[in-house]
Amino acid sequence: MIEILWLGRGGQGAFTAAKLLGASYATKEGGHSLAFPSFGPERRGAPVRAFTKLDNSPILDRSETEHADYIVILDETLYNDSLLSLLKEGGKVIINAKHTDNSDIIAFDGDSLAKSLKLPVVNTVMMGALSGVSGIVTVEEMQTAIENYMPVKIREKNQNAVRQAVQEVQK
Amino acid sequence: MAEKFLSGDEAFAEGIRLACPEVISAYPITPQTIVVERLSEMVEDGSLDAEFIHVESEHSALSCAMGASATGVRAFTATSSQGLLYMAECLYYASGGRFPIVMMNANRSTALPWNIYGDQRDSLSQLDSGWIQAYAENAQEALDFALMSYYIAEHKTVSTPFMVNLDGFILTHTYEQVDVPTPEQAKAFLPPYETENRLDLDNPKNMAFSAGPDTNYIFKYKEHAGMLRSVPVITEAEKKFAEIFGRQYTGLIDTYLTEDADYILITLGTIAGLSREIADQLRSQGIKAGVLRIRYMRPFPTEEIANAVKNAKAIAVLEKDISFGNEGAVFTNVNSALKSQGVTAPTYNFIGGLGGRNISHTNIIDIFEKIRKGTERVNFIGIEVNQS
Repeated sequence: MIEILWLGRGGQGAFTAAKLLGASYATKEGGHSLAFPSFGPERRGAPVRAFTKLDNSPILDRSETEHADYIVILDETLYNDSLLSLLKEGGKVIINAKHTDNSDIIAFDGDSLAKSLKLPVVNTVMMGALSGVSGIVTVEEMQTAIENYMPVKIREKNQNAVRQAVQEVQK
Repeated sequence: MAEKFLSGDEAFAEGIRLACPEVISAYPITPQTIVVERLSEMVEDGSLDAEFIHVESEHSALSCAMGASATGVRAFTATSSQGLLYMAECLYYASGGRFPIVMMNANRSTALPWNIYGDQRDSLSQLDSGWIQAYAENAQEALDFALMSYYIAEHKTVSTPFMVNLDGFILTHTYEQVDVPTPEQAKAFLPPYETENRLDLDNPKNMAFSAGPDTNYIFKYKEHAGMLRSVPVITEAEKKFAEIFGRQYTGLIDTYLTEDADYILITLGTIAGLSREIADQLRSQGIKAGVLRIRYMRPFPTEEIANAVKNAKAIAVLEKDISFGNEGAVFTNVNSALKSQGVTAPTYNFIGGLGGRNISHTNIIDIFEKIRKGTERVNFIGIEVNQS
C-alpha cells in the first residue's frame, strides 16, 4: 500500500488534492484508494492534514497513516524536522518551496507555477509534482479525476497545472 | 452501474435518491450534514422528486417524517449524536406507530466534553427504542443499506423504522470507490410503499392512539414480534439484492476466518476492516484469529453469534461505547447471547475509539494478545489503569 500524508492550511485545498489523487488512482484497472481529511471542522489558515491510501486490492485499514511513503507539504511554514520520523524507509518529502538545505527533501516551487497559471492555490500543482516524482499516477489519470470531480469553471486550468507540474519537477 | 469516488455521506445520499422518498425532513449536524446537503441539491436540481422540509430541530425532523409516513408516503431523515438524543422521544413514537421511516445516523460521540468525532454511544444508547439498527462498514454497504432498509422496514410483516449507522468521519467523510446502481435497477429491487397504516379519507380510522393497561402490552408484544419478523425479510432482501446488483450480503453478522479460530474479535462498523487485516497477520504467525462483525444490533443476532464463536478459546468485544458503571452495551448483548446458547468461552470487553480516538494496528494486536493470556473483564484501550 502507498500512503500519502498531505499537510496544508485550511483553504489551500490539501484535502481536495488527497481526494483527486485517490480518484486518479481509482481509474486504474484494479486500483483501489481511500482519501480522508484529518477529521474535524475546517478553519481557514489552520493546519490541515489529509491522507490518501493507494493499493491494488480493497483497502480495509481506515486508521490514520502512521508512516507515509510521501509527505506533501503545501505551505513551507508547516515543515519541521520531526516530520521525517513519519516517513517509511525510503519515503520522500515534497515541499512547496524555492529551495531546501536538506538533500532528503524535494523542493518544488509550487507558488511560482500556480501564480503563472493564475491559480489561487497550489493543491493540484503539488499533486502534479508528487506524480512527477513518484509516477504513482499518470497525467491522464489526474486529468480524468479533475474532469470528474472539479467544478467546470476550474477544470481546464487545473488539468493544465498537473501537466506542467509533472514537466517542471522532472526537469 | 457507474463507479464513483464518494464519501460515505455522499454514497448514502445516492442510495436515498435511488429509493425515491417523497418527504425528507432533516436538521443538519456534523458529521451528517453532507448527506442532507446532497439530498437538498438533488431535490433542487430535480433529480429527486421529493418534498424537502427544513425543520427547526431534530425533534421536529422525526415528527415531520412521522406525519409524512402517516399519509402513506416514504419518508427519510438523518441525524447524529445530540441530534439523535434530542429526537429520542420521537423514536418511540415512530416505532410504536409502526411507521417504517429510514434514518441515517452518523455515529458521533455524546457531550460533555463536547466533541464532533465518531463513536457509537449515540445509537447504542437507543437500542431499546424499537428501531432496527444496522451498522455499515464501508461506503458501498452504506449505499446498499439505504436501498435495503426501505425494503425491510416497509415489508408488511415488519413495519418497523430502520436506523442505518455510519461511523462519523471514518465512514461519513472518507472517499472511496462506490458502484452507484441505475434507477432502473433500484426500481426493480424496491417496490413502491403500500400500506394500510395511513390516514385515508375513504377508510377513516384512528391512528397513534392511547392504549390502557389492558391492551398496551399487546401492542408492545406486537412491536417485538414485528422486529423479529425482519430476520427472514433481511434474508429475502439480500437474496433479491444479490440477483439484481450482484452483491451478496450475509445477514445479521459477517464472519471472517471464525470457523477454526481460537481467538475471535467481535466488533461493529468500520474497525472490522483493520481487525481482519490483523487476523491475517496473526494467522501468518500461527495464531488462529478470526473476526465477527455485527451488522445488525436490532434484531440482535443471538444464535448467529453463538454458532460462529462456539469453538473459540477466548472472545473479545471491541466497541466505541461504554455504559458507565457497567460495560459496553454490545458486550452485555453478546454475553447474554452466548449464555443463552451455552457458549462458555471467556469474553473480554475492549472500549476504544471514544470521541474519535484513532484505533491503531498496535491496539488490535494488543487485544488479541490480551485475550490469549487473559485480562480484565473491561479494558480501556490506551489507558493503562486497572478498571475493575
